Parts: sequence; structure tokens; C-alpha cells
Amino acid sequence: MFDFLDSGQYDLLGAFWVTAKLAFYSAIGSLVWGTALAAMRVSPVPLMRAFGTTYVNIVRNTPLTVVIVACSFGLDQTLGITLGGGRSEDIGFRLAILGLVAYTGTFVCEALRSGINTVPPGQAEAARALGLSFTQVLTLVVLPQAFRAVIAPLANVLIALTKNTTVAAAISAAEAAVLMKEMIENEADSLFAVFAVFAFGFIVLTLPTGLILGWAAKRLAVKR
Amino acid sequence: MSSVLYDTPGPRAKRRNVLYTIVFLAVLAVGAWFVLSALDEKHQLDADKWSPFVTDSRVWTTYLLPGLTETLKAAALSIVIALPLGAALGIGRLSDHRWVRVPVGVVVEFFRAIPVLLLMMFASAVYAEFTTVSSDFRPLYAVVTGLVLYNASVIAEVVRAGVLSLPRGQGDAAVALGLRKGQTMLYILLPQAVTVMLPALVSQLVVIVKDTALGGALLGFAELLSQNRQITANYGANTIATFTVIALIYIVINAILTHLAGRLERRLRQGRKSAAVTIPAQGEAAEVKTGVVSDA
Repeated sequence: MFDFLDSGQYDLLGAFWVTAKLAFYSAIGSLVWGTALAAMRVSPVPLMRAFGTTYVNIVRNTPLTVVIVACSFGLDQTLGITLGGGRSEDIGFRLAILGLVAYTGTFVCEALRSGINTVPPGQAEAARALGLSFTQVLTLVVLPQAFRAVIAPLANVLIALTKNTTVAAAISAAEAAVLMKEMIENEADSLFAVFAVFAFGFIVLTLPTGLILGWAAKRLAVKR
Repeated sequence: MSSVLYDTPGPRAKRRNVLYTIVFLAVLAVGAWFVLSALDEKHQLDADKWSPFVTDSRVWTTYLLPGLTETLKAAALSIVIALPLGAALGIGRLSDHRWVRVPVGVVVEFFRAIPVLLLMMFASAVYAEFTTVSSDFRPLYAVVTGLVLYNASVIAEVVRAGVLSLPRGQGDAAVALGLRKGQTMLYILLPQAVTVMLPALVSQLVVIVKDTALGGALLGFAELLSQNRQITANYGANTIATFTVIALIYIVINAILTHLAGRLERRLRQGRKSAAVTIPAQGEAAEVKTGVVSDA
């Protein structure tokens, strides 16, 4: 039943490796972008707050599929922005990361903002009383505590991101969902085995994330 | 304009904020100029690429509105089927019998861990292989099946959290009155849980609407997003204009739903001051809602 695994015809590990790379780079990118957005949304400059709010409300209400397909059709095929050219697979890979970061950043931002709300006001007040500026209050006092409070929600975002990498199949980045589509077409008689293999692959990718970060969330939570 | 994070701006801070505003505005302007000039260079800003959406009603009646109908049809079917299924799974997870609780828990966790796209592709292949569903309807069936499997398990978690959030006394009192387990659940716990979890359920609807677009991109489901090929083919490669309009339609629908969820939550909070709780949204919806720290 699982003999298609031995045929050497399909690069299963390679496909999941691309999925893992997509998730890894997008996670780092969206963490940075989401933190920047959160900082904008709580900043004293009204224009930055307005930009952050507008961006988050627009992007998180757009389907990820639309974001990623627009990256390919709009940026690559219409405007010729390929972020470095190369084979269509590589272009798809980079544009998928761009789309995933633009989309997931909004969720990181919202999680962080709720984390900032969990920091007691006295912390920021004490920091201001010491004469720290907004940037110092945020980076030295509030954000470190906020990050420790939102590890569990960020783990959920990361798991959702890992699953969302499959959307990159829409613009032919050679990841797991593309291979599954190909294998479903070629191995129609072992359909359930194919599905089981890919389901297992994603459980292997997402389950440890949840467990490890859940443990870290408990360990690192600010004791109050 | 003040926050706990910064002092009320004095004269110097006000000057600095104005400076930051100008710098940020300049950055935004440079970004906008770069984008617009890139668009202009490829003639994407030409009036004839955008005007069909205003002047030619056929764009709407032939492509966009039928696509939107399919999107909403798939979303509505999914939520209508997923709600009872999710409620059943959620109650199953709360069962006193281990042989019910454990398998249901495995099913729920399994479908929550699998990307919904894989579920859709698998469903599509299963329908093609084992059923006689005509190929016209197969994409719709596949999309709805994938969405139902995933969202039923998410709703199961919402229902479970909703029932668990109720004060213990509710169940105990029902038992003391001599109600059976089924009656306790049906008449006492579920009605109260439903009100607490309504906002989370509406947020889940946003996730469902967004996920229908997967079917358009990868399964040949003729929903809103998939119309972009037809429109760009018939109206002179107006890719950017088409994507802007399609994205705007999604944004408006989802913004209305998000707004509705927020209003429901505020109203429920006012309505029951004693137990001011609502259930945090689960899974991806947890990220949609603001100010929520959901459990892992």
C-alpha cells in the first residue's frame, strides 16, 4: 500500500524540507514585521498608529490565498518584481515568503498588542518615572514582558503559519501540497495512504511546535 | 492623546512627534511613489483598465457577483453543516465515557493539525474516485467537505471551552433537580454556552470565508478569486485593478463580520456583568480577534 514511497519517484523529504524552510523564514520575517507593526500601533505618533491600524485591518481580512496569488500575478507576472529572478520555483518560494510575512505579521501584531495589555500599568509608569523615553519604555520594560506573556498565542500563530505554507502551492513553490497533488493524480489507487503520509508529515511539523512552545510558555511566564 | 506607555507630550515631544510624522510620511510617500511608478510603467494605472468596474455592469453580473455567490454558498453550507457536527464533537469530548472521549479527542486534534488545503484536495480526489458526483459540483463538494472537517473540530473546541467556562453550580444544580446527563447538557449547559461563544463562532465565519478562496486557486472552484483569470483575459490584462476589486470585496465582507463579532461580544459583556466572560476564539480565529490570549 505504501510502496510508492520506495519507488524513488517522489522527493517526499525534499518537499517537506521546502515547507519547513518556508515556515522558518516566514516565521522570522513575520515576527520582525509584526513587532514593528505593534510598536507603530502603540506609538505616540498618530500617523504611525493610523498606518498600523489600517494595515492590520485590511490585510487580516484579506484571504491569504488572495495575498499570495496577487504576489505572483501582480508582482511577478505583471510588474516583473521577482526578488532576484531564477527558476519559477525559486521565485514562487520567495514571493510566498513575502505574502506569508505580510499576512502573518498582522496576527503577530495583534497577539503582541494583547500581550502589552497584560503588562501591569505600574511597570510602564515606573519606567516613565525613571525618565525613560517611549522607545526605552517599550524595548527595555514592556515588550520583554509582553513577549513572555504571548508565547502560547504566538505558538498558535506559528502552527497556523506552518499549515498556511501549503497555500504557496497556488504559485508553484515546490512544497508538500504540490507534491501531494501530483501523487494523488499518479497514485489514485493508494489515495488514503498518500493522504496519511502527508497528514503525518504535518502532524510531525506542528505537534512538537505546540508542545515545546507550550512548555516554554509555562516556564517563561512572568510570575505575578 | 495619552497612553500609559508615554508621557503627555510637552513642547519638545510635540516638536519631535511632528518631525517623526514628517519622516514617516516621507517614507510612505516614497513607497507609494515607487509602487505607483512601477504600476504606471506597466500601464496598470490606465483609466481603461479600471473603468470597466464602474462603467461596464457585465463585469459584475457575469464574473464578480456569480463568484461571490459561490463563495458565500460554500461558506454558508460549511458553517451550517459544521455547527451541529462541531457541537456533537465538543459534547463528545466532554463525555463521561472514556471510549467516547478519547476517540473524539483524537479526531478533533487530527483535523486541527492538517492544513485545510490538504483536506480539500483529498476530499476532491475521494469524490472523483469513489462517487458519481459530477465534475461540475465536485469542487464545491470538496471545498465544503474540507471546511466542514476543519471547522467542526475548531467549533468542537469552542463548544468545549464554552461549556467548561460555566460555573460548576449550573451542572450540579441540574443534577440535584434530577435531570439526566443529556437533559443537563441540552437544557442547562448548552443554551448558556451558546451565548458565551457566539463572538468566537462569528470570528470563525471570517476564517471560513477566507478559506473558500483556496478552492478557487487550487481546485477549480468558480468562486470570487478564481474570476480574476476571466476578467483579466477579457478586459485587457488589468491584473492589478482586478485583484484590488476582488480583495476589497473580501475585506468589506470580513470587516462586517469582524465588526459584528465585536458588537456581540460587547453586548454580551454588558448583559451579564456578573460573569463577564466570553470564550476566546480558537485556532486561526484567535488571531483574528483582538485582545485575546487564547489557550494553546
